[in-house]
Amino acid sequence: MTGTGDVVLEARGISKSFPGVRALDGVSLTLRSGRLTALLGENGAGKSTLMNVVAGVFPPDAGELLLAGQPVHFTSPRQARDHGIAMIFQELNLVPGLTVAENIFLGREPLRRCGLIDYAALNRRAAAWLQRLDLDIPPTAPTGRLRVGQQQVVEVAKALAGEARILIMDEPTSALSERETEVLFQRITDLKLRGVAIAYITHKLDELARIADDAAVMRDGRMIGSAPWKELSRPDIVRMMVGRDLGEPPGGTAISSPNQSDEVLRVEQLALPHPSRPGDFLVAHVSFRVRRGEVLGIFGLMGAGRTELLECLFGLHGRACTGNIFVGGRRAVLRSSADAIALGLAMAPEDRKRDGLVLSMSVAENTSLASLSRAERFGLIRPRAEREHVQGYLQRFRVKTPSLRQRVRNLSGGNQQKVILAKWLATAPRLLLLDEPTRGIDLRAKQEIYALIDQLTRDGLAVIVVSSELPEILTVSDRILVLCEGRATEEFLRAEATEEKIMHAALPRKPVSIC
Amino acid sequence: MLTNHRELLVRFQSLIALTLMVLALSLLSDTFLTPENGWNILRQISVNLCLSLGMTLIILAGGIDLSVGAILALSGAVAAGLLKNGVAVTPLEVQLQFTVFGAIVAGLLTGAAAGCFNGWVITQFRLPPFVATLGMFSIARGLTMLWTGGFPITGLGSDFGFLGTGVFLGIPMPVWISGALVGALVVLTRRTRFGRYIYAVGGNERAALLTGLPVNRIKLGVYTLGGLLAGAAGLIVTARLDSAQPNAGLGYELDSIAAVVIGGTSLSGGRGSVVGTVLGCLIIGVLNNGLFLLNVSPFWQQVVKGFVILAAVAIDKMSSRET
Repeated sequence: MTGTGDVVLEARGISKSFPGVRALDGVSLTLRSGRLTALLGENGAGKSTLMNVVAGVFPPDAGELLLAGQPVHFTSPRQARDHGIAMIFQELNLVPGLTVAENIFLGREPLRRCGLIDYAALNRRAAAWLQRLDLDIPPTAPTGRLRVGQQQVVEVAKALAGEARILIMDEPTSALSERETEVLFQRITDLKLRGVAIAYITHKLDELARIADDAAVMRDGRMIGSAPWKELSRPDIVRMMVGRDLGEPPGGTAISSPNQSDEVLRVEQLALPHPSRPGDFLVAHVSFRVRRGEVLGIFGLMGAGRTELLECLFGLHGRACTGNIFVGGRRAVLRSSADAIALGLAMAPEDRKRDGLVLSMSVAENTSLASLSRAERFGLIRPRAEREHVQGYLQRFRVKTPSLRQRVRNLSGGNQQKVILAKWLATAPRLLLLDEPTRGIDLRAKQEIYALIDQLTRDGLAVIVVSSELPEILTVSDRILVLCEGRATEEFLRAEATEEKIMHAALPRKPVSIC
Repeated sequence: MLTNHRELLVRFQSLIALTLMVLALSLLSDTFLTPENGWNILRQISVNLCLSLGMTLIILAGGIDLSVGAILALSGAVAAGLLKNGVAVTPLEVQLQFTVFGAIVAGLLTGAAAGCFNGWVITQFRLPPFVATLGMFSIARGLTMLWTGGFPITGLGSDFGFLGTGVFLGIPMPVWISGALVGALVVLTRRTRFGRYIYAVGGNERAALLTGLPVNRIKLGVYTLGGLLAGAAGLIVTARLDSAQPNAGLGYELDSIAAVVIGGTSLSGGRGSVVGTVLGCLIIGVLNNGLFLLNVSPFWQQVVKGFVILAAVAIDKMSSRET
């Protein structure tokens, strides 16, 4: 039995290269039992690669892993798991066709004596985990139907149910609401008391104060330094991460005051009935308006109807969605995304890879996809016109890509998001809908995207930003609409809003019953 | 689009394979590398090429079509029947006679209509393409039997036969036709919005939809074109044999899928090219021709073709494993 503070895992001099990239260069890391080590660094610093090596996904090119002092060589994630190492991946690794319970116990299903799966036990044990994590879905729900945030919680349950001694979490809260994050942190505290060593990758420094014991900062594939969390100040960490001092984020007071006229969008009594529960609404009679040059932030916890609201505006729910939508003062009928685009709407979806990009196509092809007719003459695309058409937008958004022909799959998350924004800006829209615009994006790219939003509104674009991150909403918004269980509960001007007020409006009035 | 050496290698993998085969066969056989044999191969592959061009678009868009061989038979039979016997319009007591041109148009329209029906079923009822076109396979085979009564329609005349056996400027007509279609489809896939959208739909249908692309119209168009090209192939086959066989084109759908796959087009959609498919057809054609010249049993030809398909896909998988 190991006591708190004992070294459970030690990585020594780990190096790993991929074609053209040296992802890890002699990195060492120590994980101690009952302690959470926060692994920090910008995207591309090598955090995820290091964790993948520890979890047996990639074998290292050089260096060694010591588990409780014994050298180990993993050739598959399964071997690592058998040694008590569990990992929650950044990209969701759930099988959409299986139920929640089947996913949680995938590969270690409880069996009956005859060798068949004991479904009763499977569902019972899964239900217990879901309840501990405060996720209100049945264990038999098909995983593919869940929202990203809910799937993330299932992913957490899957890792926890494995009885791991070492738990690796790669941005587990990126798609979680405040409340889900809260529940997760409580579970993390429990796990630490039970002596589990945790490695925790995140971009959100704020949340670490609650849970971190140690911090290790990486940059460009190297370990820059590690120390107990309490000995590091925020400026120290940021300096270690980026190798220089970052200024304050743009926005805040700098945001231009919107012109009071020029209404771009007015929504009256927008409602979307729940597909399976009659009388219940995913979006319940919401009304609001957005003006030229203004950013409306929409905040809500999971299940508040944030994403559904955007989907209604973008015509994705067709006739199921009722209420009046006025675009530019005219009543709009939005039955499909093509209708919405024709009216000058554009949407950057929450799940970029699934909904926003054609990963097999190049940067240029993705950027021009919504506005190809502009590069056309006599029914034929002129390659040169297409290049010139997209180049302006890509340069303006400072998309970092070796060439226009680079496959968009190979870009970082921040650059992928900028490609999506460039695609829409090329259609000259008047209203931009952004669903979690900086999910899984590193600090610097985040700042760039905030600056871009600011710049676009100065040019007269109206923007709606949906986010589950309070600091983000407070940074980008001119006005903030708070949703709770499908209803609009409050609307604030930026100047009046505080984190406390917003959270207060976002929390359900009566306590949620856990059954 | 090229981004790195690996993709370059994938892109030219089929070209390299073809070159090696041609070199080997010209050493092994005296009759292989002759102009006559060259035209012979091109003529032999022209029918599969027509089918494979349509199949390329369908597979690029993320679909599959199992009915092209059956549509080929139906289109050929319709054209032959109309040319030979005309059609009786019973209520008006008129017997309509068809010119060669009229019969050709009718054959092409038959193919396009069958393909369009495929697309309609797939987009409106959201059937998987595999199932929808399996249905059309049976429907078109049955209609062909009904139309012909199970007997070949023969004696179609030399004007119609010119499509299959004629030579224009020293080049066989089937080669002219398939060559022109290749040119048209290269332009379509590379230089038109429709072509670009095919790649987008096959690469990520949801993203294409959210970008406002008319996904259903694109799919409908792709299957209609597939049917139209199968109709063209049917006309060539019928004209060449001077006879519409009810069982024409049996198993051709698999040959065309093989050509597309050997040509480096991904069965999951969104990745591949028309030029690749031309190379795929050439590889199959050269292989069959070469093994025939070397007196290898046709049964062995099938076995070898099977291994070529497996090798092509395996190499593609290995070299595209980048992320």
